[in-house]
Amino acid sequence: MFARNPSAIVGMVMLLTMLAVAIAGPWILQADPFEIAYAPLTPPFSAEAWLGTDYLGRDVLTTLVYGGRATLLVGAVAATLSVLIGITLGAFAGYYGGRVDAVLMRITEFFQVLPALLFAMVVVTLFSPSLVTVTLAIGIVSWTGTARLTRAEFLKYRVLEFVRAERAIGAGDARIIWKVILPNALPPLIVSATLAVGAAILFEAGLSFLGLGDPNQMSWGLMIGSSRQYVLSCWWAVAFPGMAIFVTVLAVSLIGDGLNDALNPKLRAR
Amino acid sequence: MLRSLISRLLQGLALVLAVVVLNFILVHAAPGDPVETIAGASGGMSPELMAQLRTQYGLDKPLPVQLGVYLSQVARGDLGFSYFFNLPVSEMIAERVPATLLLVVSAVLLAFVVGTGIGVLSARKPNGLLSQFITVLSLVGFAAPIFWVGIMLVILFASIWPILPVAGMRSIDSSGGGGWADMVDVAQHLILPAFTLSLVYLAQYSRLARSAMLDVLGSDFIRTARAKGLTESVVLYKHALRNALLPVVTVLGLQFGNVLAGAILVETVFNWPGLGRLAFESVLRRDYPTILGVLLFSSIVVVVMNQVTDLAYRLIDPRIKTS
Repeated sequence: MFARNPSAIVGMVMLLTMLAVAIAGPWILQADPFEIAYAPLTPPFSAEAWLGTDYLGRDVLTTLVYGGRATLLVGAVAATLSVLIGITLGAFAGYYGGRVDAVLMRITEFFQVLPALLFAMVVVTLFSPSLVTVTLAIGIVSWTGTARLTRAEFLKYRVLEFVRAERAIGAGDARIIWKVILPNALPPLIVSATLAVGAAILFEAGLSFLGLGDPNQMSWGLMIGSSRQYVLSCWWAVAFPGMAIFVTVLAVSLIGDGLNDALNPKLRAR
Repeated sequence: MLRSLISRLLQGLALVLAVVVLNFILVHAAPGDPVETIAGASGGMSPELMAQLRTQYGLDKPLPVQLGVYLSQVARGDLGFSYFFNLPVSEMIAERVPATLLLVVSAVLLAFVVGTGIGVLSARKPNGLLSQFITVLSLVGFAAPIFWVGIMLVILFASIWPILPVAGMRSIDSSGGGGWADMVDVAQHLILPAFTLSLVYLAQYSRLARSAMLDVLGSDFIRTARAKGLTESVVLYKHALRNALLPVVTVLGLQFGNVLAGAILVETVFNWPGLGRLAFESVLRRDYPTILGVLLFSSIVVVVMNQVTDLAYRLIDPRIKTS
């Protein structure tokens, strides 16, 4: 079903291309994205710098290729973190109900009220911007949606016959949660996880744009943010990294939509 | 009814309190204390002066005592003094709130009105041009980074097509004053930032409104209305619309936190003199009282918005009872 969805295939192709560039590109180029390569403010489509250079003389093409690594890595790991936290808390809340549910829901509400970007900014600044702190900060503030979704799924499943049958034959809670209910609850969670990757990429881009990303790692957001003041002289230094982010997140969203159509035929939005 | 209102109020207060405590702990758990930051910013300070500053700011007292002092100050409305400006934080926030409020309300209103408008209209022809446009828009709106769209618009309107101002809230030579000319000036400056901020939500609401509308239009009571011979307009607007608004309103209220985040980015790009920019600049300057003040304020706003959404939800759909 997924294979028949044309936009999802397009998304898949786009994402694989970005991944290929991010992984193989640096190995092929062997350059330093921070290095001053050519004259500053060289326009794109010129012989030396195919996508131009920024106000410092950094080659935009190189920054695009190297920037993908930080962005994709942080996006994937942060999303994984937030999904893991979300699923765990949501599963316990939905399965056990009662007091556990109430407490976990309070915690979820708290993290939902917390202004996400602002809090992440504070965390990153306090503990020095680096790939690790950025990933952790994003993961900590992004899990509430997944938690609510997981909880709803578990509430739905725990009263069903086959779960009660498991309990009747003496299965422990852990087994029921992880081996019985979770596999069934997976489809909407997979979709949510895919979207979480897109959101995490945007989040990382925003933090880097504000100058709060890892200063030693080239990232697309960093490129946009640093060239912002000179954008009227070198629009290419902002346009291309931005397009890279756009294409990547678009690809992830298309895949997520395709997965949604394939896995949740009933919930499909028309 | 009153009891549930009071319990909601208390819940909200507890949440805000939790936010304040968390951030207080965080700020004091980080390596280096505020006095060190100030010392660094002023290019070095003698140890005696640093110790004196610590006593002055109450930083030499044990942590729980500092927390207690801070909480009691907050309860009285005193949010402390900015390390950077030496102005009361509450004053600085109050000064910038109107600008951000203007921006955020305009953006949300734009997204809501235009978004639900085109969503509802497109439901008439589910496979028509408008509907396809909405599908494309919703993908683009989500995937395009807000700050990038903002900068692209700046390029467009600064060099290629200079019909709109791209920075600040007023023209440089403006004398302010709130008169008609001033309002027009502000409105012109508002267009681009508000549009940029609204884009993500516009895309989302139009898609939501469309699918909610399509769902409702397939239901029995609409068939009855049509069978009774009511015109299509009446069916759409008087009967179906109300039900289609529900998902949009829910999502609207819950997203307020995201809107504030977007405001930080948009205000930075367009140099809009609001709370978002203050937040960003104080984070850079390690101006902790201001940071904590802005965090507190944002959390209060989000909590209030959640409650308002809940109320609005129950107003639109009388079937929903208190949980």
